[in-house]
Amino acid sequence: MGDADGGHPMSGPAPTSFWRRYVFSTDHKVIAKQYLFTGVAMAFVGGLLAYVFRSQLAWPGEPVPGWGPVGLDEYNALVTLHGMIMVFWVAMPVLVAGFGNLLIPLMVGTDDMAFPRLNMLSFWIFFLSTLLVVASFFAPGGPPGTGWTLYPPLSTSGMPGAWGVDVLVLAVALEFAAFLMGGINFLTTAINKRARGMGMWDLPLFVWEEIIASIVFMLSVGPLIAGALMLLADRHFGTGFYDPRAGGDPLLFQHLFWFFGHPEVYVLLLPALGIVAEIFCAGARKTLFGYRTIVWATIVAGLLSFIVWAHHQFVAGIDPRLAAPFSLTTILISVPFSITIFALIATLWGGSIRFSLPLAWAVAMVAEFLLGGVTGIVNGSAAADIYVHDSYFVVAHFHYTLVPIALFAPLAGFYFWFPKMTGRMLDARLGLLHLVATVVFFNVTFLPQFALGMMGMHRRIANPAAFEFLREGMPLQELSTVGVIGLLVSQAPFVVNLVWSWLRGPVAGANPWRATTLDWQCPSPPPHGNFEREVVVRRGPYVYSPPGSAEDFVPQDAPDAERAGGGAVPSPLVQPAE
Amino acid sequence: MQAHATVARESTSVPTGRVGVWWFLASEIAIFGGAVACYVLFRARYPDWADQAARTLGWAGAFNTAVLLTSSLSAVLAHHAAVRGEAVRASHMLRWTAVGGLVFLAVKVYEYAHEISAGLVPAQSLFWSFYYLLTGLHALHVTAGIVALLAVAASARRGHALGRVELVALYWHFVDVVWIFLFPLLYLSS
Amino acid sequence: MPHHLPEVASTFAPAIDGHIALIYVVCGVWLAAAEIALFWALFRYRRGASPRAAWMPADGARQAAWVLVPAAAVLGFDLFIEWDSARVWAHVKERTPRGNVEVRMTARQFGFDFHYPGPDGRLGTTDDVASRELRVPAGRIVRLEMESADVVHAFYVPELRLKQDIVPGRRIAAWFEPTRPGRYTIACAELCGVAHSLMQAPLLVEPVEAWRRWATQTGAIR
Repeated sequence: MGDADGGHPMSGPAPTSFWRRYVFSTDHKVIAKQYLFTGVAMAFVGGLLAYVFRSQLAWPGEPVPGWGPVGLDEYNALVTLHGMIMVFWVAMPVLVAGFGNLLIPLMVGTDDMAFPRLNMLSFWIFFLSTLLVVASFFAPGGPPGTGWTLYPPLSTSGMPGAWGVDVLVLAVALEFAAFLMGGINFLTTAINKRARGMGMWDLPLFVWEEIIASIVFMLSVGPLIAGALMLLADRHFGTGFYDPRAGGDPLLFQHLFWFFGHPEVYVLLLPALGIVAEIFCAGARKTLFGYRTIVWATIVAGLLSFIVWAHHQFVAGIDPRLAAPFSLTTILISVPFSITIFALIATLWGGSIRFSLPLAWAVAMVAEFLLGGVTGIVNGSAAADIYVHDSYFVVAHFHYTLVPIALFAPLAGFYFWFPKMTGRMLDARLGLLHLVATVVFFNVTFLPQFALGMMGMHRRIANPAAFEFLREGMPLQELSTVGVIGLLVSQAPFVVNLVWSWLRGPVAGANPWRATTLDWQCPSPPPHGNFEREVVVRRGPYVYSPPGSAEDFVPQDAPDAERAGGGAVPSPLVQPAE
Repeated sequence: MQAHATVARESTSVPTGRVGVWWFLASEIAIFGGAVACYVLFRARYPDWADQAARTLGWAGAFNTAVLLTSSLSAVLAHHAAVRGEAVRASHMLRWTAVGGLVFLAVKVYEYAHEISAGLVPAQSLFWSFYYLLTGLHALHVTAGIVALLAVAASARRGHALGRVELVALYWHFVDVVWIFLFPLLYLSS
Repeated sequence: MPHHLPEVASTFAPAIDGHIALIYVVCGVWLAAAEIALFWALFRYRRGASPRAAWMPADGARQAAWVLVPAAAVLGFDLFIEWDSARVWAHVKERTPRGNVEVRMTARQFGFDFHYPGPDGRLGTTDDVASRELRVPAGRIVRLEMESADVVHAFYVPELRLKQDIVPGRRIAAWFEPTRPGRYTIACAELCGVAHSLMQAPLLVEPVEAWRRWATQTGAIR
């Protein structure tokens, strides 16, 4: 909290030394890039792990090219770390911290986060956690083969000497601490650093989604932090919080884990939907359909997310009478999210759509996420869950939600805001190749997994051929593995595009998409301090093609006199200056 | 039009530091809330934990409650002094608060020593696991609070950043309130 | 159903399959409708065909109804699915009937042990008969009492459509009534350690008479 008053790092001139500018920077834009690139690097690590264990699944026992034979303990560690890395070291840093850091200060029209030094500290704690999670694979006593859920007693008495488990738990704890600090920064910035004239109902949807995501994260992760302390105590201090012989209960950890684990999915989903909304409005030249309805629906979804967790445990040994209420809340949570998705589609309806790469990625996100969303009903129904629980149907389902959330949406955002970050445009042809290949191979990878799940394939087995009922599924296993390899190779055009465009891409200008929000009303890339003059907000975030105006967009801060056609912008998008 | 766009300006009437501390405390409440909720659920399951609770040093817990309440009072006085701009007095009061924290920790260490010598270690039973978890987590927060109090007191003495006096006092009240929950839950048997 | 489910070998499997099919149909229609709406909007309102966007903030009830009414319909279908789900769930999991055959199963790293009541007809006595495979008669209700010796395991037989975690410290009951004689695989569906992938045991469903011969020969039942 050291920046609360006095000594505000932004109030001075930009730092000149290399270390202060690019490494230990307090500038939210630099920190955003640090999170983004750490996340992208970890995405390749997580992807390569997937390549290794999927190769083992398709061709059991064969040495994996570039890796070698996969041992059983190694297999468990691979799937554990793949899950951990993709959720906590890819989705979180990219979606929540990366885009949040980049966009929140720009979108609320301020110079930086509320607490820039805390922001820098968050990143470096996160970075330390990144090193630790990689190190856990090589820890003495064996890598963490507990599954990303870390269920005791496997993670306690089941793996006593495996320091990998301790290193992994420590890494996760540090990661949580980093994102708690980040969340405090996001919330305080959105609440107290808004530009003059900007009320809460003038915030772009992305900022609202980050606010709600930060609160949901903050309130759900606390109990799991306590739970992780108990886990470490059970491992090292002889306590028995999760040991039935000592009066403890293994299910306690499952409750703590999923009380966090399920809301966490929404922590990731909300910023992704925010990114899609920004791109849809600018792409369709149309105001967001039902802005306040979406915000309220999201708040309701955030509240509901705290009372759905036990749907991960229908058949886990909890009282079967608990299943019906949790099944009901789980299925009900589809209502607020269907409102949001319908509103996004309605935003395109009646628009004047300019096709662009970010829009295409955002459409792909929604189109694929819909399949992930509806298959969630199968898992959420207690009766169907008796069969599909811990099956590849679940694996396919959450990849159809999380890949659109953590790959498609960030890439949409990346193609959209890359000009803002670097001042240059990404190449559209390479981007299109990237999109088409990614969509095709994504479906090749995960559609077969629905079928494998329905065939009965259960999770976390290294050798499906060892089970009679899975032998006829081997061609599907191979197809899915080919998909993963294709998905990894499909990212090559992106890397090439990134490097080439950053150096040589066409210069973008401040507002290449002719968008209304404040992030587009400052230079690209924004200078130290972001805005060249004080921002005064005069209207809501999405005034595209208002009636009576010749222009098809009116920036949030444009003075009325500068508008062609003059006249008031339709209410209630005009907020009286506060 | 201002030459520099960045004036310290707040969108609400609440100072930015206070908003940040509130959210920080919200996340802390979630951590303690989770741990306490686990304890309460187990305590409801095992009525015989009352006998274990009776083996804590009730007088020490009660004394520590009084110590923390008193130290919160001096934190309030520090805040009042800071608001009036009395830097030295604010610094003084923060140090008294820190002294209260140190006394609390000293008593706590005495308790732990007493209990460990009686064989009541974390692995003794689930009640004692929770006892050490909850009081240990709290003591960690007291320790961090003492460090923060002394740091703010040092800068306040030089007249710097008097706004932080309120923030550190807010945190200290939180530590106090947590103890007010823990004391009856852990020390009282009925 | 687009997927290939394993053959049906328990009395409640058709109910679960039917429930899954119901969700497939309901969700399939919604999915198709939403995808069509999305791509139709993209095509119909492309710049060339729609030079200027309409102004639809939907801040009033009339416009918002375009979203809220379908969402209310989603709610209706949700409740319908949930009603069906609760019905099937209660049948399979909430009411555990008395078994014609009672077996105690202990899961451990990395296998399943089965115990039959033995001559005295009671589980948990010294004359219990141990077995490495689960042999049960077709057309009779089997009741399992499950325990774990170490970590969390699960009892899972795809053809029965039955899955139940086994948590150390608890005795968890499950039941099924096999319909079709045959040899099936019991798999552990909860990650339980290094050799989780290999953890399986045979389930033998036999005609009643054949089973009774085996059971009396081995002394597994009275």
